[in-house]
Amino acid sequence: MDDKLKRDLILEHYQNPVNRGLVDNEDYIKVNSRNESCVDNIDVMAKIEDGIIIDARFDGEACAICTSATSAMIKTLIGKTKEEAEEIIRNYENMINELPYDKTLLSELNVYDTVYKQPNRKNCALLPFRGMKEILEKSTK
Amino acid sequence: MNRDDFPILKDDLIYFDNGATTLKPRRVVDKIVEYYTEYTSNAHRGDYKNSVKVDALYEGVRDKVKDLINAESPKEIVFTKGTTESLNNVVFGFAKNYLHRDDEVLITKSEHASNVLPWQVLEKKIGIKVKYIPLDENHNITEENLEKAITDKTKIVSIAHVTNAMGDVRDIESIGEICKKHNLIFVVDAAQSIGHIQVDVQKANVSFLAFSSHKMLGPTGVGVLYGKKELLEKTEVLEYGGGMNSYFESNGTYELKNIPERFEAGTQNIAGVIGMGEAIDYLREIGLEKIHQHELELKRYAVEKMKQIPNIKIYNENTSSGILIFNIDKVFSQDTAIFLDQFNISVRSGNHCAKILKDEIKVTNTCRISFYLYNTKEEIDKLVEVLNRQDEVYDNIV
Ligand SMILES: Cc1ncc(COP(=O)(O)O)c(C=O)c1O
Repeated sequence: MDDKLKRDLILEHYQNPVNRGLVDNEDYIKVNSRNESCVDNIDVMAKIEDGIIIDARFDGEACAICTSATSAMIKTLIGKTKEEAEEIIRNYENMINELPYDKTLLSELNVYDTVYKQPNRKNCALLPFRGMKEILEKSTK
Repeated sequence: MNRDDFPILKDDLIYFDNGATTLKPRRVVDKIVEYYTEYTSNAHRGDYKNSVKVDALYEGVRDKVKDLINAESPKEIVFTKGTTESLNNVVFGFAKNYLHRDDEVLITKSEHASNVLPWQVLEKKIGIKVKYIPLDENHNITEENLEKAITDKTKIVSIAHVTNAMGDVRDIESIGEICKKHNLIFVVDAAQSIGHIQVDVQKANVSFLAFSSHKMLGPTGVGVLYGKKELLEKTEVLEYGGGMNSYFESNGTYELKNIPERFEAGTQNIAGVIGMGEAIDYLREIGLEKIHQHELELKRYAVEKMKQIPNIKIYNENTSSGILIFNIDKVFSQDTAIFLDQFNISVRSGNHCAKILKDEIKVTNTCRISFYLYNTKEEIDKLVEVLNRQDEVYDNIV
């Protein structure tokens, strides 16, 4: 994928994010994630039924990378089983951390495959996934 | 001014994050290296030449600090690892014993975390009340608002001289006067003002003052707690060990040294203290007033230029320090900072560790430019040029 296409996809997710805005519904599990650098601050919520992510939403204040990655994550994970989601998250984190990963699992999330070149952006790209992992953990309990 | 003194400026770095930490002049670095390469030894113990020399230099810095802030005596100067430790000493060493349940401490919503959290913890621990002095529409403390906030339960006022999140300068002399009138302890966080603005602890009736060496051209990991003599005498020691006791016996009797040594347990940051002394000399040779005027001139210039750029919002046009807070409309502050970094311009984005500021200016994230003596109008021109290219802010996002 060329850089322009990547950039356009990221900006599209940033400017028109998927499922921005939380809902007041007890069927959802909600977590808040913040960056150590005390900037990005997002809430992610998901509704999981019979082991499948039925819906996911978010809100918060964050930079372009973090906001768009949250939106792209939500788009990718809705409809997936928990196991599939965990596998995607693992591979995505490996991609950001320059470890071996399976790009065929990541669909649109592949646009972040060069974020590792900007160390100051890595945490932004990882933040929503940290939140989603926490949700998946909570849903098992 | 004096750019040649700063080795890091030899390349094309534009450093506008002096509120976070400042660059170091060669002299300061050399002074530290000298300690490590020519006369390393511990303080307060040796009978040999190098140790005697270290003692003299280390204690000499107490005198330099005393002169810098016009303390009455070098005994009022305690070396710490920085503002944060100094303020924690005030809260948990002094205030914890001085205050009683329901006593009130006045701070503001633009204080740095290190002047908020310790007080909040003390509030939980012993039931004091942390209250906020209302700020006016320019986020300033007015005498009137301060007077109104003081009740017969108020015992301490603890504020920054210059705030890191807004760059507003508090009139500590008039606030000190009010504290004196009401018999209040007056704590000043001078982290952002020391090395920029002249501070006179006697004139401002300051009870305790805290600052960090690294924000005034000195090394990291060292700073100062100033306390009026009679108040330091009442301050509990929080760290015990070598160097701070006169004697101790197996039967449990002991005696602590006098102030200030009793607050300096264990081997201190000797190289850091000596480096800080050199930074003080350097600053005083240039002159703080000259530095302050230079910063104000840069700020005026930057405001004037930046106002001509579309979509730029400046939040603190009228504050009289070298700190300028802004955002590009609809661009998250961190994205702006990362964009500027592509042109080697360092600015800070975020909430500047003053999280509660969002209650005041209703924005949680801003970009902060903070000037110092070595910054120039040419650097500001470069910044303006880049900000004018704001359409490109996301071009290199991947
Ligand atoms: C106003 C203010 N107070 C306190 C501090 C804390 O200083 P340090 O991190 O050196 O302890 C800072 C540093 O950013 C500050 O700006």
